[in-house]
Amino acid sequence: MNHLPQAWGRPRDDVYGAYDASHFQMSGPTQHSSRPIVTGTSVVAVKFKDGVVIAADNLASYGSLARFTDVKRLRTFNSKSVLGFGGDVSDMQYLDRLLNSLSVRENYSTSIDDSGKSDLDAHNLHRYLSKVMYKRRSDFNPLWNHILVAGLGEKDAPFLASVDLLGTTFSSPTLATGFGAHLAQPILRRQVPDEAASKELSQEKAVELIRECMKVLFYRDARSMDKYSIAVISKSGVDLKEDEKLENQSWAFAEGIRGYGTQVN
Amino acid sequence: MASVFSGAPPAGGPGYSFKSTPTPSQASGIREHSFYPYADNGGSTLGISGADFTILAGDTRSTSGYSINTRYEPKLFKIGGEGPDHVGATLVLSVVGFAADGHALKERLDTIVKMYKYQHGKPMSVAACAQRLSHMLYGKRFFPYYVHAILGGLDEEGKGALYSYDPVGSYEREQCRAAGAAASLIMPFLDNQVNFKNQYMPGSGEGHALQQRVPEPLPRADVEALVKDAFDGAVERHIEVGDGLQTMIITKEGIEERYAPLKKD
Repeated sequence: MNHLPQAWGRPRDDVYGAYDASHFQMSGPTQHSSRPIVTGTSVVAVKFKDGVVIAADNLASYGSLARFTDVKRLRTFNSKSVLGFGGDVSDMQYLDRLLNSLSVRENYSTSIDDSGKSDLDAHNLHRYLSKVMYKRRSDFNPLWNHILVAGLGEKDAPFLASVDLLGTTFSSPTLATGFGAHLAQPILRRQVPDEAASKELSQEKAVELIRECMKVLFYRDARSMDKYSIAVISKSGVDLKEDEKLENQSWAFAEGIRGYGTQVN
Repeated sequence: MASVFSGAPPAGGPGYSFKSTPTPSQASGIREHSFYPYADNGGSTLGISGADFTILAGDTRSTSGYSINTRYEPKLFKIGGEGPDHVGATLVLSVVGFAADGHALKERLDTIVKMYKYQHGKPMSVAACAQRLSHMLYGKRFFPYYVHAILGGLDEEGKGALYSYDPVGSYEREQCRAAGAAASLIMPFLDNQVNFKNQYMPGSGEGHALQQRVPEPLPRADVEALVKDAFDGAVERHIEVGDGLQTMIITKEGIEERYAPLKKD
């Protein structure tokens, strides 16, 4: 023990060597997220004649580990829109907080008349999100998500559009993120090839179509789950169900698949 | 006696047996970001100027890799005019490459052209707008807008004006230009059909004595046919081009916008 009380009780440099302070990261560039960690998989959505149906499963994966099995990846906004998040879950939760504060600010700063005209509609929300996402990618600090915005736009017309971590935006009568872009989108496009077809589609058919896509995704996407959320947005409001279970699963169709594995033809 | 516990090691005396402050570690050298802030959204655009008109055209497919994002995402934008619908606009910008950068560029240029009219009380000339666009692109020289832009309008004499750009702002006024994924397929066709390259006057001589056919502004009907042929050819040979053809024709009467289907395969 020496006469310097500051040193008492600390490991001595002459015994243990100098303290390795490298983990303090005093220098070097600021680290931004360079990959997603806890992730959600596909989101699928389709426009029908007076609204939009959107669905995503309730799983948040940690790599190949099915880590969180009760994560709600659909979020309502202003009772006119629903957002579906694919990609990083913590970035989703950040955006959720951001949109909550936006919603509070909007509700205090605008007077809502009986028509509710001053509400931000799905179109406004999508524009806002795309600016946030593009700003973050331009700062090299992206929010690692691919988001579908479903709801009612101008004049209560069905609205469906997407924005991703680069700020790329596009709109289509049917949309799917992640694995769904490969598996679900062809199924959706077969039923709804264009805007005209979506204006003919009934709500029941749209829901049935989305449920079918969720089933196909569960069969073939290893990062998916059979518990999912589904939302229908129409003039009568948002009908969000967060505890749906896939039904009538059957691998019977597998019998008919030929050309893989042991049977060659 | 407060100085006894001042914390500073006595001058010239023995120091602490540990370093109380962590020394900054060496920077870990060059670190690579795994985030790449650009994407290629495919598609192709072209512009041809005539004696009293300019035509711009672009396909409406948006892609990422082998996936089709949507079959309708316009690449042609009216610039200036009144309000969000650009009433009375006389300029058209086409952008192809990274769609998010394209949107950001178009919104900035549109704001600038509108502000110009408020501040100067007259609409911006196409030459002034062209130079401003070059400066905007060069302003991001070290983090470029990853787009090939083409700007069309009518010059002060009422002649068709067409300016083409590279991603960092090099620009030139031309008779015709193709940009984007199928530029290498369309441009040689335009060289031959608009600027009459490799076309010689019959019987004007042998070898070097042959005289090149002199290019002259083409009539509107011919140009419209050329645009259709160019895209029908590109759709056949390039997978990122297709779905729909958006055309804008700028004359002294204003901007006429058209849509025609292309092959969706």
